Amino acid sequence: MVRRPSRRAKAAQWLLLAAVLAVAYVIISDAADNLARRNLRFGFGFLADRANFDIPFHLVSWVEADTYGRALLVSLLNTLLVSAMGIVTATLLGLVVGIMRLSVNWLMRNVALGFIEFVRNTPQLVQIIFWYFAVLQTLPPPRGSITIPGGFLLNIRGLYVPGAVMRPGSELLSLLAVTLLVATPFMWRLRLGEVLVGAKALVLPLLAIGLLAGGTERIEFPALKGFNIAGGTQIPPELVALWAGLSIYASAFIAEIVRSAIEAVPKGQHEAAHSMGLRRAPVLFLIVLPQAIRIMVPQLTSQYLNIIKSSTLGAAVAYPEIFQIFAGTVMQQANKEVETIIVVMAVFLTINLLASAFMNWYNERVALVER
Amino acid sequence: MTLQAPAVAPPGGSFEGLTSQLPRAMEWLRRNLFSSFSNTLLTLLVLALFVLVVPPFFNWAVTDATISGDSRAACTGSGACWTFIKLRLHTFLWGHYPDSELWRVGAAALLLVGFSIPVMRDTVRHRGIYLLLLLTVFPLIAAILLAGGVLGLPEVDTSEWGGLMLDVIISFVTVAGALPLGILLALGRRSQLDVVKYLSIAFIELWRSVPLLTVLFMSAVMLPLFLPHGVSIDRLIRAMVAFTLFNAAYMAETVRGGLQGVPVGQEEAAVSLGLGFWRVQGFVVLPQALRIVVPGIVNNIVDLFKDTSLVTIISLVDLLGAVEQALKDPAWLGLAKEGYIFTAALFFVCCFAMSSYGRRFERRLNRHRTGTT
Repeated sequence: MVRRPSRRAKAAQWLLLAAVLAVAYVIISDAADNLARRNLRFGFGFLADRANFDIPFHLVSWVEADTYGRALLVSLLNTLLVSAMGIVTATLLGLVVGIMRLSVNWLMRNVALGFIEFVRNTPQLVQIIFWYFAVLQTLPPPRGSITIPGGFLLNIRGLYVPGAVMRPGSELLSLLAVTLLVATPFMWRLRLGEVLVGAKALVLPLLAIGLLAGGTERIEFPALKGFNIAGGTQIPPELVALWAGLSIYASAFIAEIVRSAIEAVPKGQHEAAHSMGLRRAPVLFLIVLPQAIRIMVPQLTSQYLNIIKSSTLGAAVAYPEIFQIFAGTVMQQANKEVETIIVVMAVFLTINLLASAFMNWYNERVALVER
Repeated sequence: MTLQAPAVAPPGGSFEGLTSQLPRAMEWLRRNLFSSFSNTLLTLLVLALFVLVVPPFFNWAVTDATISGDSRAACTGSGACWTFIKLRLHTFLWGHYPDSELWRVGAAALLLVGFSIPVMRDTVRHRGIYLLLLLTVFPLIAAILLAGGVLGLPEVDTSEWGGLMLDVIISFVTVAGALPLGILLALGRRSQLDVVKYLSIAFIELWRSVPLLTVLFMSAVMLPLFLPHGVSIDRLIRAMVAFTLFNAAYMAETVRGGLQGVPVGQEEAAVSLGLGFWRVQGFVVLPQALRIVVPGIVNNIVDLFKDTSLVTIISLVDLLGAVEQALKDPAWLGLAKEGYIFTAALFFVCCFAMSSYGRRFERRLNRHRTGTT
């Protein structure tokens, strides 16, 4: 036998590798054998086949004659949409609750604490299902819609929000506006010669708003017409329930992140700011929060990734996101158990890798440069 | 701690004489609720919200609610129909476990409490041994008790297990499996052997980047494909395997945090005494590391306990699944609010108890560290 410990360890690790490869080989050959028995072929060719099913909610056009590949795109966009909505509202709500936790007001502090404890200690799935079946599905029909100030209507068919009706042929204008918005942060950091562009970059979003306003024919408010609601944009109840479930659940965790990050900012910082005569709100928003954000970034990233991963829970309320469409409908219809799961896992793996790469890059930028 | 000076004293600490307490109470109110104009405004706002929300909910849940009777007809009021919960409570708690064998569930629950007590009490010595007993001997006894088929106990098929009991069983098995695996993975990730290190990293990051639901689906749909033809594993066990592998990755990251918290000198000193790798880790590093991460592990356990509700989607009937099934009963339609509020409340009680324990442990840990007892 090998006597020296270091050599023994090296030998052991190759044995481990061999064992892992052996297990992988057995699994793959079993799978191949089982698939052959069922007369199934492994492959992703089915993505070009006709789908023949309906996706009730889609951002880009979808007809039943489209391919499974197109279904992947449609459902992926749905996943990204609900995740983006969830991330924005969870962050805002979490920020509010986190600041409430630090309020001088005893009542505020404890309401926030109660909210956090309750939300964190109940399963997210139960929350989503509760919003869908116990709240949204018990709402009145369109005729009895609940009016929410700001031109919103809420009924059993979902949430109706005011929508802009664009002039025909204004697609190019909208595209230009979006490009301007995306370009703004880059302009902000751009150097022209020796001068940083900085706040002058804010001209771009103003221009974008102008373009959009120019392209808008009128703002349409949802209103009851006959037995249904006409006008505005409808957000289906499945999306509303999932959105609420994702944002409320994550907001409780984000609130705790915000609280601990604010507390981690050295006390001298707000004492100094106070002594310069700043009031409480400016101290918080100008001095403390900007420093706290640096501490929050890594934890926030993992919360955002959690939101994206949890969007798969939409399957429980039949929101057509990637899991529901691929691991549900497509898997059964195309009889492609292995391939569909691989597709879904690969999508989330990619999202995760991209997000961590982005966050590492961002973290490096905002990290304190110490001497 | 808060941004401001902490409050003087909690309200109603000791009410010996109301008269002597009154000025202090007034002072407390002034400082904590009415210290400034905006503060008063906030207080009134929150109180208004309470008035708007609490009485209607209280009326619905208590005053107007029904709990008596044994059919839907009993629920005539405008409030909640708790009769439904009362009548279905047994399926919500232990699924379709045969009534005549219920004592076995009770016995297993008592054993769980009995085995856990020495692990949780900090006055007990050699807690590690008790933890080992809890994670090895107890599951064996509990499995024999619950599944039966030996020692003259009639067999109870796992398809008859359900309700909250199923959530607890899945969580327990997952912890018992994921904790050791997670520790190994955490050690592996810090290993100097490249193969071990990268295999561990790949395993951990793979599981952490996919949603639990896909892993559960994999266990339900794909795992049978990976087994030799003719071999089949119970659906519940497959779900448990999925939970264990998935949570091992999360446990590993928690434990790694603890390993990083142990001063390098400890390991170096142990190595210089001539101890081998496993002894260094087992007797010197891990005991210190695991102590630090108990609150983190408790958090993981709370998370995975909540996640067990996901088995509903692969049609195992846990608490949530049992409630969903009961709600589909034509005789009891339209009781979603009652059903899901009950589910949430039950989960809340269990999870809150666990997280409170975790927080208490953390406070004690911090006291130890700062040296003030």
